[in-house]
Amino acid sequence: MGIKVVKTGNEAFAEGMRQINPDVVAAYPITPQTEIVQIFSQFVADGRVKTEFIQVESEHSAMSACIGASCAGARAMTGTSSQGLAYMWEMLYIASGLRLPIIMAVVNRALSSPINIHCDHSDTFGARDSGWIQIYSENVQETYDNLIQGVRIAEHPEVRLPCMIMTDGFILSHCLETMEMLTDEEVREFVGEPPERGNLIKAVVENKPITIGALDLQDYYFEHKRQQAEGMKNALKVIPEVGKEFGDKFGRYYGMVENYKLDDADIGVVVIGSTAGTAKEAVDKLRSRGIKAGLLKIRVFRPLPVVDIKESLKNLKVVGVMDRVEGMNAFCGPLYSEICACLYELEKRPILTNFVYGLGGRDVKVEDIELIFNELLRVLEKGVKEYTLKYIGVRE
Amino acid sequence: MEKKMTWKELIVGDILEGGTSLKFKTGNWRSKRPVHIPEKCINCLICWISCPDDAIIVDKENGKFLSFNYDYCKGCGICAYECPKKAIEMKEETV
Repeated sequence: MGIKVVKTGNEAFAEGMRQINPDVVAAYPITPQTEIVQIFSQFVADGRVKTEFIQVESEHSAMSACIGASCAGARAMTGTSSQGLAYMWEMLYIASGLRLPIIMAVVNRALSSPINIHCDHSDTFGARDSGWIQIYSENVQETYDNLIQGVRIAEHPEVRLPCMIMTDGFILSHCLETMEMLTDEEVREFVGEPPERGNLIKAVVENKPITIGALDLQDYYFEHKRQQAEGMKNALKVIPEVGKEFGDKFGRYYGMVENYKLDDADIGVVVIGSTAGTAKEAVDKLRSRGIKAGLLKIRVFRPLPVVDIKESLKNLKVVGVMDRVEGMNAFCGPLYSEICACLYELEKRPILTNFVYGLGGRDVKVEDIELIFNELLRVLEKGVKEYTLKYIGVRE
Repeated sequence: MEKKMTWKELIVGDILEGGTSLKFKTGNWRSKRPVHIPEKCINCLICWISCPDDAIIVDKENGKFLSFNYDYCKGCGICAYECPKKAIEMKEETV
């Protein structure tokens, strides 16, 4: 079994990558992700992995190199943050459209301008429609566990989609936490050899030429996109299966979402990433005062676990959706609109409010979450809401 | 009419075996067709080098101009423009 270690989020990512031992890693440094590839490149230099490490001149090239490697049948990985992810943009869509199971470690960081290196989710939320699976982590342990599961999810023959694993910039990427690391053998056995991928393997083994990304106009583009959508739909089934297998083997179970004290809750928050840990503290404090509060953590944002979200929130009276992004639509944050869409189909649905918080790494304390719960309690008492969106922690 | 595949029948991810463009006959895009004038032709094969669609057929026996491949010739006229002896003329396609 595994051993207890103290690691930062970035170290956990790098160690996980070493144990997965991918064929190709192509990456470019960007704060706060830099450490991941810096540590990993040391593993390469020390001969601890078989990986071919490609030093590229930009993130656009990093993703392009991963796409090329994956097209040749290789297991390819990379990592980035913020502007780096933005610079990869057009290649993100090519990776998913070609159905290449590339794994990317993303350390969430705010997008410029103004320039900022700290955490919010504007970078990966922008990439929510790029066809990548998105898995978010609450702590260092989850960062590591999600990375290892990500390989199996992405490469599953019914999914075959690239997958990004997120951790919160600095809050997790640079903070030490105790975690349990699996042995190298356990990880290698769990991820196994990548399943064969039709024409790609034939091209390499039989030395036959292939066409990658052929022109696909009015007559076939739609069919390919429909096919890709099916891969994302299949991921809804595969992700919990892999999470259960991981739990059966290593004792830590993972689903699409995590319910925290929701069963009898009247009020609750929906949250993504490290803030879930802070919010659980707030829930406990409210519970000790006899208030029926709970929390829904979205682990997987793409595919959107609509059934789990409906099931988790259907009996609540008031729900606060916490967005670590300003959606700039002059209405609400992006997580809010998706939760809204999920709950709309319920006959009886909770009152929903939206809280935008923590932009550019603005600290989120237990008291901030308590403030949100107090707002929810006020709505619960009155039975109506006075606003849709409130900013938490900004100087008014 | 060619029967088109459904999304379930397609190979996953737009990754195909090579040479699929052979199945895509672009000759019906043509509004003008190149016509060869043998008396003027010196068989320099500049037309063959210039053709973007590989639609100039060269006789494998003697290495001389043989014909146009009208299945793929889009009628762009590059061959006629490049020909140093004006041995290719572009004529209106008749319906």
